[in-house]
Amino acid sequence: MTDEPERRGALLRLLRTHLRPYRGAIAIVVLLQLAQTFASLLLPALNADIINNGVVKGDADHILGSGAVMLAVTLVQVVGAAAAIYFAARTAMAVGRDIRASVFARVQTFSVRELGEFGAPSLITRTTNDVQQVQMVTMLALASMVTAPIMGVGGVIMALGQDVPLSALLVVVVPALALAMRLILRGMGPLAGFVQQRIDRVNRLLREQITGIRVVRAFVREDHERERFADANGELMGVALGVGKLMALMLPAIMLVMELSNAAVMWFGGQRVDAGAMPIGALFAFLHYLMQILMSTLMATFMVLQLPRARVSAGRIDEVLSTATSVTVAENAVTDLPRPGHVDVRGAGFRYPGAERPVLHDVDLIARPGQTTAVVGSTGSGKTTLLNLLPRLFDATEGEVRIGEVDVRELAPATLAGSIGFVPQKPYLFSGTIASNLRYGNPAATDEDLWHALDIAQARDFVAALPDGLDAPIGQGGSNVSGGQRQRLAIARALVAKPDIYLFDDSFSALDNSTDAALRAALARELGDATVVIVAQRISTIRDADRIVVLDGGRVVGTGTHSELMDTSDTYREIVLSQDTVGAK
Amino acid sequence: MNTEETAKPDDFSGSLARLLRMMGPERALLAGVFTAGLGYVALWVTVPLIFGHVTDLIFTGARGPGIDFTAVGTALAWALAAIAGSSGFAWAQGRLTAIVAQRLAFRLRERSADKLNRLPLEYFDRSPRGEVLSRVTNDIDNVSEALQQVLSRVAISLLTLLGVVVMMFWLSPTMALLALVTIPVAIVITRAIAKRAQPHFSTQWATTGKLNGHIEEMYTGHALVKLFGRQREAIATFAEHNEKLYTAAFRAQFVSGITQPAMSFVGNLTYVMVAVVGGLRVASGTMSLGDVQAFIQYVHEFNHPITQLAAMTNIVQSGLASAERVFGLLDAEEQRPEPLRPVPLGTVRGRVTFENVSFRYSPDKPLIEDLSLSVRPGQTVAIVGPTGAGKSTLVNLLMRFYEISEGRITLDGVDIAEAHRSQVRGNIGMVLQDTWLFGGTIAENIAYGVDDVTRERIVEAARATHVDRFVRTLPDGYETVIDEEGSNVSAGEKQLITIARAFLADPAMLVLDEATSSVDTRTEVLLQQAMSSLRQDRTSFVIAHRLSTIRDADVILVMDSGRIVEQGDHHALLAAGGHYARLYAAQFAQPVAA
Repeated sequence: MTDEPERRGALLRLLRTHLRPYRGAIAIVVLLQLAQTFASLLLPALNADIINNGVVKGDADHILGSGAVMLAVTLVQVVGAAAAIYFAARTAMAVGRDIRASVFARVQTFSVRELGEFGAPSLITRTTNDVQQVQMVTMLALASMVTAPIMGVGGVIMALGQDVPLSALLVVVVPALALAMRLILRGMGPLAGFVQQRIDRVNRLLREQITGIRVVRAFVREDHERERFADANGELMGVALGVGKLMALMLPAIMLVMELSNAAVMWFGGQRVDAGAMPIGALFAFLHYLMQILMSTLMATFMVLQLPRARVSAGRIDEVLSTATSVTVAENAVTDLPRPGHVDVRGAGFRYPGAERPVLHDVDLIARPGQTTAVVGSTGSGKTTLLNLLPRLFDATEGEVRIGEVDVRELAPATLAGSIGFVPQKPYLFSGTIASNLRYGNPAATDEDLWHALDIAQARDFVAALPDGLDAPIGQGGSNVSGGQRQRLAIARALVAKPDIYLFDDSFSALDNSTDAALRAALARELGDATVVIVAQRISTIRDADRIVVLDGGRVVGTGTHSELMDTSDTYREIVLSQDTVGAK
Repeated sequence: MNTEETAKPDDFSGSLARLLRMMGPERALLAGVFTAGLGYVALWVTVPLIFGHVTDLIFTGARGPGIDFTAVGTALAWALAAIAGSSGFAWAQGRLTAIVAQRLAFRLRERSADKLNRLPLEYFDRSPRGEVLSRVTNDIDNVSEALQQVLSRVAISLLTLLGVVVMMFWLSPTMALLALVTIPVAIVITRAIAKRAQPHFSTQWATTGKLNGHIEEMYTGHALVKLFGRQREAIATFAEHNEKLYTAAFRAQFVSGITQPAMSFVGNLTYVMVAVVGGLRVASGTMSLGDVQAFIQYVHEFNHPITQLAAMTNIVQSGLASAERVFGLLDAEEQRPEPLRPVPLGTVRGRVTFENVSFRYSPDKPLIEDLSLSVRPGQTVAIVGPTGAGKSTLVNLLMRFYEISEGRITLDGVDIAEAHRSQVRGNIGMVLQDTWLFGGTIAENIAYGVDDVTRERIVEAARATHVDRFVRTLPDGYETVIDEEGSNVSAGEKQLITIARAFLADPAMLVLDEATSSVDTRTEVLLQQAMSSLRQDRTSFVIAHRLSTIRDADVILVMDSGRIVEQGDHHALLAAGGHYARLYAAQFAQPVAA
């Protein structure tokens, strides 16, 4: 979902909703821009006055007097412009802030499925860079898009004031410039998008070459990579050159139109002056207004140039904002569980839209307080997917999932989150300290609670050995602790929250056998009446479970205790034999 | 972007000189750029002068005998010619500039990508990935952007400035001096504003960094936020950073946004001054109205390049800082060059010896110490030992990923240091614990190691390595595109794909570095069967943490601190009761009673 088509009207829609609270400030910006544009439009008229009534008549006092007025007008103009910038910056940045907040809040409602569909990196870009783009265009719009029409219209009025017949020239000149710009920009529009795509491709290839350097070298694919890169690089140069050449047309085209209009004003204006229909000063003023009108036309077109990128960004933001979570919260959600700790999965299935085979189909799983239920199966048999259905990381596409005798879709999210402690396969820790991570599910936990949880998770020793103990810093993702330590901290984090149900998704894989055994013994001791569901690779981890569910290809192929399954399930026996090298012989 | 803001480049002129040198091949084009620029400015500055002349014709004519329209027409015809000519030059200049800038950017990227292939692996081990990445992507983008801007605008702006100043002095030295006074004023104002804006920009970048960090963490750890029901707290922290960013960004935007009105204020001041002084001089007859008119036009055009140049300084600074980082990469020490006359290897039989091999990054930290080993063709060698024992280093040396410090490694009797790296590696199929897949389809990833391969062979390799089974649960099957986070392919599945890749490549030897660590044991057994047929008659090195998978290896090496501490087959090592026996007992501490 990286290059999605630009969404029609997304930018307007986005801005309309988010600009609404700042109507007052925008009105002030418009007023200030009006004032400062009016001031700058006044200058040529005053200059014309200097020429008509000062220069021509040789009146030095009048020249100085008009000069003083011009100075005052200039001051008004700068103050107005500065104040306009102030309100414009405030509004644009506030709009950026608000959009960012809506995107972030929306993503918080997403289930793991929507997040996966967008991809975390893409969502990060949408929340940061894309919002930045929209914010920048808002700033530009408030700073100059407002002035362009004012200046254009004001210029026309002033020009008419100087000489009406001469103003007929505007009817030819302005559309000519607009047309020239339009033609160039139309050629550029699609190219600009291509350039970004090519840059992204080049960067992706480089990133891959760096992350996969060992594989590239091991397979002796340097030449292949070089070719791939040369291709992408050449393509990038091609489109960038296309844009560059079109850009090169811009300046000459503008210049041509402007100077030709000047010449035309001189020619026709000269005839008006000669006929005595227009004072000579008006000729200068007219030239000036013409320039201002053309400049505002240019400003408007350059604004348009900025729009495509912002439009794409707005489309990408809009996509996030208009994506509804697949895990919806019921109205009048249930907050009281009749039977806490009961897990009942009945006939549940999950299928990605459009997939040939479902990931899970017709799966039953029952777990009760005080019992340990294990789920085993090969890679890709659907164990993790099954576990993810319980806390509604995504919803089953068939069948039902009940927690505490209530369908999870009817449960209040907080109630559901509070009753389940989940230890994921790849534990993630947030940056902060060990304590802040452990308290994640239970901010009120005391240090004693934390140490107790660490004790059970077999993590006390290494945490105690750290110079800062519980306050030892943790890097983003838990990068500064080893895989095994991360797993144990994640287990402790779940323990601190004291939920009714514990879900361990292959959470002991990075532990060595003796730690694994000690941890399980401690868990068995401490989690007396909690419900425990374990997904595991190692049979030794789950052979004492009260109930073992064997998954294969997304279906349940056996349920029972270890010894029952050894008799009844071929798949289970195969798994056991694949690991049991001492006992089975 | 924020890194460029903070990192003060120390060798600006050096990087600039190098960039200029890199433009060497484009000398002819650059000469064209310069000539066209010169032509453009030379013609362009005459236009206001001609218009001024026309003004005089109208002014004097209107006051006296009537306007001489033949003279006006001739003058305007000249103006039109000058306009047409300068537009043509400007167009040529722009086109040539685009070509120079894009070619240079192309070459910079090409060289960097090539350089990546020649850097030793140590370089990537030592510098963080993000750092290298940022140099070859962000920095190069930044340099090429700056190049384009600078080449197209700076030259023109400078030339225009020069032309305008010359014309102003020619028209009226006194008024020119008056107009020039505004330059220092403009500089002082921009400096003052920039100085005030700088801290706000720094805060803006710092808060942006914090906010983005929070966003990144909350999105990557999204499942956890949900699992613990902490969305509200995540939003609260976000709002706090977001508010701070708003304040900083608003201040930065405002302070820097003031530049434009300030500059136009200075411009307007000049305009008023020239209008008044010019008016007085026309009135006193020391200057013609047309000259004043031309002068006003020049003043107007004079401010424009100054504003542009002021805006350029930021771009130039940040571009040069980036250029320096790119050059830093290009200058990094490369791996040892291939031997002048490499010994041809062909397809090897697979006899491998390590003779007193030592390897270290730094002299005080030996990674492999005086290691000797001899492997017969077709043997399977298993390597076990604790983390950091040097297991991966050993196979990396065989792959010639690193150059050994002492001793030699031979393949079929040939010292691998005397053969071409590609011939050594081409004989060895490697599966790494780190499962790297590129952004393409699953089919393309399986076919990575070989050219021109049919779909049948891909599917065959996928079947043999149990990839086929899960591929069929994916919406797009073999055409599923692996994206960067590989969201619908699990770690184990990724690993299976990399095994299929090695399977399809069909090499003479195999190196499996923890190749099945993310795969469950039952799949592993199935894989072992597939791989044992693959290993048949192939010398194989297997690193595994699950001892069950390597029991039938011909030779088991037990490594510790860069040395082989035990060597033998499973039974011999168990009987010896040493390291291996202890490791084994630890892994199978709880025999399962069937």
